[in-house]
Amino acid sequence: MRFMTDRKRAAGLGSGREGTHHHWQMMVSSILLVPLVPILVLLFASALGGNHAEVLAFFSRPIPAILMALSLIVVIQHLMREAHAAIEDYIHGTAGKLTLIATTAFAYTMIAAGLFAIARIAL
Amino acid sequence: MVQLTLPKNSRMMTGKTWPKPEGATNVRKFSIYRWNPDDGKNPQVDTYFVDLDDCGPMVLDALIYIKNKIDPTLTFRRSCREGICGSCAMNIDGINTLACIYGMDEVKGDVKIYPLPHMPVVKDLIPDLTHFYAQHASIMPWLETKTNRPAKEWKQSIEDRKKLDGLYECVMCASCSTSCPSYWWNGDRYLGPAALLHAYRWIIDSRDEATGERLDDLEDPFKLYRCHTIMNCAKTCPKGLNPAEAIANIKKMMVERTV
Repeated sequence: MRFMTDRKRAAGLGSGREGTHHHWQMMVSSILLVPLVPILVLLFASALGGNHAEVLAFFSRPIPAILMALSLIVVIQHLMREAHAAIEDYIHGTAGKLTLIATTAFAYTMIAAGLFAIARIAL
Repeated sequence: MVQLTLPKNSRMMTGKTWPKPEGATNVRKFSIYRWNPDDGKNPQVDTYFVDLDDCGPMVLDALIYIKNKIDPTLTFRRSCREGICGSCAMNIDGINTLACIYGMDEVKGDVKIYPLPHMPVVKDLIPDLTHFYAQHASIMPWLETKTNRPAKEWKQSIEDRKKLDGLYECVMCASCSTSCPSYWWNGDRYLGPAALLHAYRWIIDSRDEATGERLDDLEDPFKLYRCHTIMNCAKTCPKGLNPAEAIANIKKMMVERTV
């Protein structure tokens, strides 16, 4: 039996003075994705039907390569933040913290691998 | 990890079916959650038959009928019987609402009544709202001022007073908070829609001088930002209020003072 008052239990450790940055970043990436997702779809649609050399040539041009890189960064960061929110919701304690670290590592690895692939095609 | 299944001692058992009232021709079937902490048994659903010719139109009338005429051990909270006190909040036909203002004619088929979801049960239809009330107290639901008290009163313009409409009417019945999945999973840290609606009511009160401190206290990934705009709170509120909008407005204010 812990003789803790209800008020003490409700207050917990107090405010973390954090959360607004995450919320704002989600809003920014959501707004950026509004034009980026259709552009990404159009880019892939334009490259459809070409042979291997033609597709590589298309994505080695500066604008498609830059737009692909931008989309990759914004999409994966957006997914990572959304995944963090879901993990915080459902997985608590040490397991939650380890899952957050693993998700972050996975997301940045995906960004690095994607950028490397784009650079290799474009340069 | 959140628990997605009920613990063994919370699994529902088949309950007792009480006889129909003698001579009644117009009866309605009620399935009601029963749990008694003193008998050591699992919760069960008892079946009752209410004589509609001898009962008022609201679900609370039927509960009072059952308690007075069929089973005096049925336990539930009620007081004002007109949607002002918030005591008789329960889950009726899958919706968190007030039994006193929810008509039996709004329910199709049998009337199924359970306590508010995901709260510890004290007995039958009575949830333990201790933590819910403590969370409400934690948002300082009173006027905080630093200026010397005026000789007569703290004045407020008609326009500023209007901003409190849709907020002050909350009767703290807990229907919204207990309908919110975020509150189910993280109710120990997330304040929930009711407490946040009240927090916003004081944040935007033109007379209150602790706006910054109030926002400071709420700026937390769990206290405020567990709200994912699921909107169950607005859908279920028996008073027709919109806690989700109040929470969104708090988030807007948080961004305004940061960006």
